[in-house]
This record gives sequence, structure tokens and C-alpha cells, in this order.
Amino acid sequence: MNKVIAVFTKESFLVPVVAIILGLLTGAIAMLAGGFNPIQAYMALIEKVFGSAYNFGETIRQITPLIFTGLAVAFAFRTGLFNIGAEGQFIVGMVAATTVGITLDLPAYIHAPLAVIAGAVAGGLWGSIAGYLKAARGVNEVITSIMLNWVALYLANWVMNAFFIPVGQQRSETIKESSMITISWLSQMFDSARLHWGTLLAVLAAIFFYVILWKTKSGYELRAVGLNPHASEYAGMNVNRNVVKAMFIGGMFAGIGGACEILGVFHYQAIMTAQPGYGFDGIAVALIGGNTPFGVVLAAILFGILTFGAAGMKFGAGVPVELIRVVIASVIFFVAAHGIVKIFVKPILKKKKEGGN
Amino acid sequence: MKKVLSVLSVATLSLSLVLAGCGSKPEAQPQGQASTGGAEGSAQTAIRVGMVTDVGGVNDNSFNQSAWEGLQRLQTELNLPKENVNYLQSTSDAEYVPNLTQFVKDKWDLTWGIGFLMGDHLKKVADENKDAKLAIIDAEVDAPNVESVLFKEHEGSFLAGVVAAKMSKTKTVGFVGGVEIPVIKRFELGFEAGVKAVDPNVKVIKVYTGAFDKPDLGKSTASQMYGQGADIIFHASGGTGDGVFNEAKDRKAKGEDVWVIGVDKDQSLTFGDEVTLTSMVKRVDEAVFRVSKDLSEGKFEGGKIKWLGLAEDGVGLASTSSKNVPEDVLKLVDEFKEKIVKGEITVPDK
Repeated sequence: MNKVIAVFTKESFLVPVVAIILGLLTGAIAMLAGGFNPIQAYMALIEKVFGSAYNFGETIRQITPLIFTGLAVAFAFRTGLFNIGAEGQFIVGMVAATTVGITLDLPAYIHAPLAVIAGAVAGGLWGSIAGYLKAARGVNEVITSIMLNWVALYLANWVMNAFFIPVGQQRSETIKESSMITISWLSQMFDSARLHWGTLLAVLAAIFFYVILWKTKSGYELRAVGLNPHASEYAGMNVNRNVVKAMFIGGMFAGIGGACEILGVFHYQAIMTAQPGYGFDGIAVALIGGNTPFGVVLAAILFGILTFGAAGMKFGAGVPVELIRVVIASVIFFVAAHGIVKIFVKPILKKKKEGGN
Repeated sequence: MKKVLSVLSVATLSLSLVLAGCGSKPEAQPQGQASTGGAEGSAQTAIRVGMVTDVGGVNDNSFNQSAWEGLQRLQTELNLPKENVNYLQSTSDAEYVPNLTQFVKDKWDLTWGIGFLMGDHLKKVADENKDAKLAIIDAEVDAPNVESVLFKEHEGSFLAGVVAAKMSKTKTVGFVGGVEIPVIKRFELGFEAGVKAVDPNVKVIKVYTGAFDKPDLGKSTASQMYGQGADIIFHASGGTGDGVFNEAKDRKAKGEDVWVIGVDKDQSLTFGDEVTLTSMVKRVDEAVFRVSKDLSEGKFEGGKIKWLGLAEDGVGLASTSSKNVPEDVLKLVDEFKEKIVKGEITVPDK
């Protein structure tokens, strides 16, 4: 009994939960000010996400890429790097998967994994460009990875236009059936929501994240570099190599995410008129999740529910999209602002101490 | 320990309250559905029409907004309850399918997809829901339950080209496109053809910015074009075009004689007459209104592809053009228009 209570009153658990509640309350105040019923709105959100098999399936679809990009940001963060480039790594993963999916002709059990691996390698290499520049030349990875996002976006559009898009179209031809990772029986169960094996891969990626960082020697080095690069160097670790490695693995996560979007959801790649946005959302997801793999998965679920359910708030309660963004933003705000939340959490923690005595 | 328990009991209490709230919801839901179901049965006019915007959003000063205005007009003219027209905005292209499906699964009478980018997604939804009725602007969707409405942008843009060529003092005009997709290509080709029809020596500088939502990019592109000697720019780039107007305003303030030709809606209303020469208007609102109204009268032409050009008044120059465009130029525009309508001139579209 005491143990259960201890888990639920632990600071690492309480802070995000209280932050989410505060965020939702702030959103409720904003909605009240706008003349909308917040309870009805939040009910509409829940109704949208859990109300039908189709929407529930599509929520899972929405959550999957967020897990990948969240892991991409969180992994680099563990090595002291701020990977803003998950967006770009995601996009090159898409391009690689599309390329493999369209050009090669292989049996399914090789084709689909190969396309995913291609996405992983492409994303990893893209990430390690920023990592290499940081290691070799000391260039700030925030700047390079942001810029590489734009390079990736326009490069992707150019590659599509130059090689894969038929005249008069705005999207590539469909990838070969053998490279698709859609789970048709599961999709059927969810009223043809677009479900795919990528979701399983995302969970496996989170486990991989944990194992490599906390159960291997090289993971120990990666974390050491993140905690104190100078101390790690004195201890005989190669800081530069670890920086590149962290960005490669981080980029790999995002790249797989991009590949799964193509292979599992769209089955073709369209000309992108704007950044897909999963990489940027991934920053928020990593932040909410406290840069731990389990936290990232939970945060991605929360974020996916909020963004997908937002349509329900518009539809069911008539709340304008702008106000819904306020709700989402205030949740992130409170999670990011630990200091504010701790004021609210303190009394509970105090009680815990007394109770423990 | 006791205090912890009291905290916990408060927590469970509040949780049970929330759950109780969840429980009450399903009761309310059937009521709402029953009332709309009753309305469907009683009067054939009380239709429900929804639309899904592309990533531009409903306040894009462009075709999404125009479409929404069409639906609002439908609501007032048919005297529909306010909640019978609604829109959903898409923040990424992954959301097109669930947004369209939301309307379809909720049994709305007609669901609009706005924009070329939605074509494949709308097709998927239409195929999965054969009894639902859908319609789309700017794309051809081959399905028996989808009515496609396209515009002959090249014809309207031709007229914009005529105005530009006539009024350019530097004999150089510019074209700023959003993303290079067939719709925007039609704007470009029509505009160029119009310019060349008046004066083959007028130079047309053409740039695609690669985005519909980047005013900063529009501004820098316009700056470059004006720098290269263009004095009139025609933009077909959605929100990116806001930057083109911005740049023109800055230059106008410095005394330069530069103009912008707006697109989709009469943009002089948004950006002012001092920089807006004219606008190539695309009557998305009219199309959305007509097709939806036809549906309320039981005339839905599923599987049909409608092309609206100058002859159908689907495209054309804004009625406010006479403010800045002299009469003789407008007269020439009318002559060209007549020739196009009669088929004496065929404007290239590919």
C-alpha cells in the first residue's frame, strides 16, 4: 500500500500530472472567457478520441510519429544536445522510404524492412551532419539542425518532382504493395482507420532507447557526456564521437517515424507545402516526457489525444480552433515551467514526508 | 499516513465525479442526433453541409475563406440553423482523411474538400463511404458520389495578363506562384499568354516560392522582382502573397510606382486600392453555394466534373478594377473576354 502511494506522490510523477491539470484549467478559463462551456468542450474531446473505433484508431495513428520524434529529441538531449532537427530527419526518412518503396521490387518480408531501414539510415545520417559539425567545428547544433530542416523540406520536394511525380500531379506514384506496412485486418477492425506496424516499432524504439542508454557501456558514455562533457573527457571518453553517435541514433528514430508515415499511412509522398510539424511537436513531447522513454510514450499519447481531439472540440462544442491551440499551448507551458508547478506540488510532497514518518 | 489517505480519498472522489460526467454524456448524444434526424425527415431543405479546409485554414484570405463564405451564404439564404454549416481546419495533410470522415460518419448531407491537395484523400473517404455525398474544389476525383468543381484559372489570368501588359511602364511584369502544382500552373500560363497577346515584348519574370503560407518569402521574392524592373506582380500563392502586397506597400511609400494583382478574392478589400491594381477572382463561394443549394433541391451530380470559366462567371476580374484600371484597358479586357468565351482564343492550360 505504501509503495503504491509512494509511486503516485513521487515528484517526477506529480509534476507533469499537476502541470497537465493546470494547463487544462487555464484552457477552461480561456474558454469560459470566450463564452464556451469547457466541460462540454473537454467531453467533446474525449468523445472524439474514444467515441468510435475509427477515431480511436486514427488517434493511435497520430500518436505514432510523435513517439518517434519525441525519442529523437530526447535521445540527443541525454547527450546534452538540443536536436531541433527531428523535422528534417523525419522528412529525409520519408524520402528514403518512398525511394526504396517505389524503385525496388522485392518480396514483402525483405522490401518493407529494407524501406524502414533506409529511412532509419537516412534520418541518422541527416542528424549526424549537425552532430559532426558540432564535434569537428563547434557549430551550435541548434542552428544547423533548424537550417537542415529547411534543406530537407526543399530537397524532398525537389527529389519528388525530379524523379517520382508524374506530370500534372502533386504526389509521387504509389509505393509497391510489398513495401507497405499497413495492418489491413487491424484497420478493418478499426473501421478502416490507418493503422500500421509503425506503432509497434515505436514501442520497440522506446525499449531500445532505454536499453542502449541504461544497460550498455556506450549508453553510459552518452549519458556521461550529456551530464558533463569535460569530466567525461578527463575520464578518457571520446566526447566528439559520442556527440555524432547521439545525433545519429536520434536522427534514426525520427527517420523511422518518417518512413512509417509513408509506408503505413500515405503510401505515397506528396509535395509538401509546409513542414509536417511532427519534429517540432517532438520537442514538446520530449519535454513533457522528461526525456525518458516511458515518459515520451505517455507524452506522445497525451499530445496525440489533444491534437486529434481538438477537431472534436470544434465539432462538438463549437470552440474555435484558436482557443484549442491556447489549451494545448498552456499544457506545454506548465510542463515546461517546472518552477511554477512545484509551488502547487509542494504541499502534497510535504504531506508525503509527514505521512512517511 | 492518515493525511495521505485523505488526499487519496479526495482524489478518488474527484475521479468518480469525472467518470460520472463521462457516463452522462452518451445520454445527451442521442438527443442531438434525434433532433437532426427529425429535421431531415420533415423538410428537404434543412440540410447539413460541412467543409474541410486544407492547411491554409479558414482565414487564408483566399479560397478556403471564400468557400466558407459560400456556406455562410447558404445558411442565411436557406434559413438553416447555425449549426447546420460547419468547417474543420486541417493542420497537416494527415488530418484530411479523419476530418472528412468526421462529417461523413456523422451523416452530413454534403462534405466539401477544399483544394487540390485534398484530392487523393477525398477519393479514399468517398470509396470507403459509398452512400455519403462529397464535393471538391480544384481537383478531379473520379467517384460516383463526388462532384468535382474546377476553375479555368487560365482564362481569368489571361485577362489579368492583358491588364498587366497594358499598364506596365517598365515593360516587365512578374508572376509569384505558390507551389508548382497544376492549378497554379494554369494561373501562370494564362497570365503569360495574356501578356504576350497584348505585347510579345513584355518580359514576364516567373518565380515559384514553394509555399502557400510564407509571407516573408513572398516579400523577399517581390523585392527581387521589383528590383529586376518589374512594376506589376501577379501572385497566385495564398498567404505567401500577403508578403508581396507588403513589399509593394513599402515601395509605394517610398514613391515607387509598383502594383500587385490579387488572386482568388477581391484583394483590394484587404490590402487597399493604392497597391491593388485588380484581382483575378475565383468564385469558390459561388460554386460552393450553388452545388450545396442544388443538393437541397435534390439535384446532386455525383461523378460529374464541372469546369467553371469566363463563360460561367466562375473566374474574372474583380468588379472594383475600374478604380485603378483606365477605361480603355477594361474595354480591351472585355474584347478579349468575348473572344475567349466564343472560343476564338484558346488559352493554354498545360
